[in-house]
Amino acid sequence: MEELIRVSNLVKNFPVQKGIIDLLFSGSGQQYVHAVDDVSFSIGKGEVLGLAGESGSGKSTTGRLLLRLLERTAGSIYYGGKDISTIGQEEMRKFRMKMQVVFQDPDSSLSPRMSVGDAISDPLRIHGLSSGREARETALRLMERVGLTPAEFLYRKYPHQLSGGQTQRVVLARALVTNPEFVVADEPIAMADVSVRAMILELMKELKDEFSLTYLFITHDLATAKYLCDRIAIMYLGRIVEIGSKDEVFRHPHHPYTNALLQAVPVPDPRLRRKDAVPRGEIPSAINPPSGCHFHPRCPFAVDACKVGRPPLREVSPGHFSACILETATPQS
Amino acid sequence: MSTGVGEPILEVKNLFIDYPITIGTVKAVRDVSFTLNKGDVLGLVGESGCGKSTLGLSFLKLLRPPGKVSSGSIEFEGRDIMSMGTEELRLLRGAQIAMVFQNPLTSLDPLLKLRDHFFETLRVHNAYISRSAAEKRAGDVLEQLGIERERLNEYPHQLSGGMRQRIMIGLGLILNPSILIADEPTTSLDVIVEAGFVDLLKSLKEQYEISIILISHNLAMVAEIANRIAVMYGGRLAEIGTAEQIFAEPLHPYTQGLIGCVPNINADQDFLISMPGSPPDLVTPPAGCPFAARCPKVMEKCAVAPPPLREYRPGQQAACWLYE
Repeated sequence: MEELIRVSNLVKNFPVQKGIIDLLFSGSGQQYVHAVDDVSFSIGKGEVLGLAGESGSGKSTTGRLLLRLLERTAGSIYYGGKDISTIGQEEMRKFRMKMQVVFQDPDSSLSPRMSVGDAISDPLRIHGLSSGREARETALRLMERVGLTPAEFLYRKYPHQLSGGQTQRVVLARALVTNPEFVVADEPIAMADVSVRAMILELMKELKDEFSLTYLFITHDLATAKYLCDRIAIMYLGRIVEIGSKDEVFRHPHHPYTNALLQAVPVPDPRLRRKDAVPRGEIPSAINPPSGCHFHPRCPFAVDACKVGRPPLREVSPGHFSACILETATPQS
Repeated sequence: MSTGVGEPILEVKNLFIDYPITIGTVKAVRDVSFTLNKGDVLGLVGESGCGKSTLGLSFLKLLRPPGKVSSGSIEFEGRDIMSMGTEELRLLRGAQIAMVFQNPLTSLDPLLKLRDHFFETLRVHNAYISRSAAEKRAGDVLEQLGIERERLNEYPHQLSGGMRQRIMIGLGLILNPSILIADEPTTSLDVIVEAGFVDLLKSLKEQYEISIILISHNLAMVAEIANRIAVMYGGRLAEIGTAEQIFAEPLHPYTQGLIGCVPNINADQDFLISMPGSPPDLVTPPAGCPFAARCPKVMEKCAVAPPPLREYRPGQQAACWLYE
């Protein structure tokens, strides 16, 4: 498969803001939130890579770094073989046309004072692709396609006049209007109702095939990730702990954290209730993460070696990598 | 309290709840009837705006004005909650029926230590309880929830999200109520923390012999713990039955759609069922079945009158003209 995106050794540290009291009494020594800690992966053309993890795992930051909505601390980002992590804003603009984003909350990603039609056609004007009647026609066609019908009628509406499912469609249409190749979808359905979620997921799947899109699908919901993605990367405290094809990761999870996550996913079937208790504890702070493997304090299989040194991602089966030093830490299903 | 598992403890009959507003009346709950038995974990599921939270609040007579029960009755152990006076309600709330809300950060006072939260709750129901006795009791409850008793000296902001939610449960349980109502208790939690919370609820249910009403939009989470499930749509009960019945043989087309549109990690799904359209406007609800406009099996009759909730299989009731 041809590679579209490659990220190597991506790092993002956020300086911790200090109050006046801290400065007076705790002296110098800037602390950092290690949001993304040396992350590498690639996404093939037409592929859907799921980036899954709990809140604070760094998955959204990774998505934003990729689009350069945030500037990285270190590492490189390649788009179609070209390093876009060092190019200027003007040059980046050309790439922005091909790289779009859909955020979690459609209501806060739409201007309340911009009509639906203007919101969708605005990117065309910004990128100088078309304007006036032509832009309007393009927007209307796309609105029909994503199910915003009757398009002529909805074109003049404002976001507050639409339902939750419709606003999410507006955001999708706006992301697709410049004919992008790559879309970062950051929890696009997390705020939606159950029945709306299914519609948006189905639509995203159809649009992917129709527009030959490549997705980075950021989610905390593994069941959704399994439904939409080809490959999955599991993040924990800024690091990818496991990455591989959907089938491999879900059927033969290697990393104990992946296993814990999978066990914790509720199953919509009372006959298949979870029997084992899940690991206790919560994701620690990314300011002073645990030494060695970040998961070791919560890991039921941890040995002394886990406390020192970052475990490298190693290939446990073809194309399936895990950052766990244990041979078979988890019972295979 | 250990006796009588399976006996009715909360009976709701033909309940209607209205919110009069400037442009009309929001008909939030329409003709809801069901019985909660001792030892039940009832999952009350539905999408936003279906009336599930309003219904939960009414069990404690906590509806915020102008919201009011316009007809019907709610009986707790045979006593009508709607006709209770202030003093009776004070004794009911917390001690008999406790409620745990969605967002612990807005329910806990940021300026009070946890010990004070517990002390206050205990003192409202027992004016003579000493601080030391209250703290002993609070510490015991915390330990059951997997939190060290030393943390009673901390403030809410010092706890993690999962711990705050467990504190909320602790505050709910400290007076030993017979019913615990939890409104979207896991919405703000991560999946592993949520699973831990579900485990906790299961063990508490055994220890406290408590009946639980779990209000949630998360069908999969409810499937992990509820023995009975009530599905609400547009202010009405669409279906109620055992968890197995609801998931394996749902009767109502809305329940069928709802289950078909949830991604299941154990299944290889090629597609999810889509339910086009959106829930009805409850100011001017349709005359017939609220789901008629979105229903794939809609008939002429459905637009005329709302179908009654009837038992079509033992223990399973549905409100649908298909089965009449």
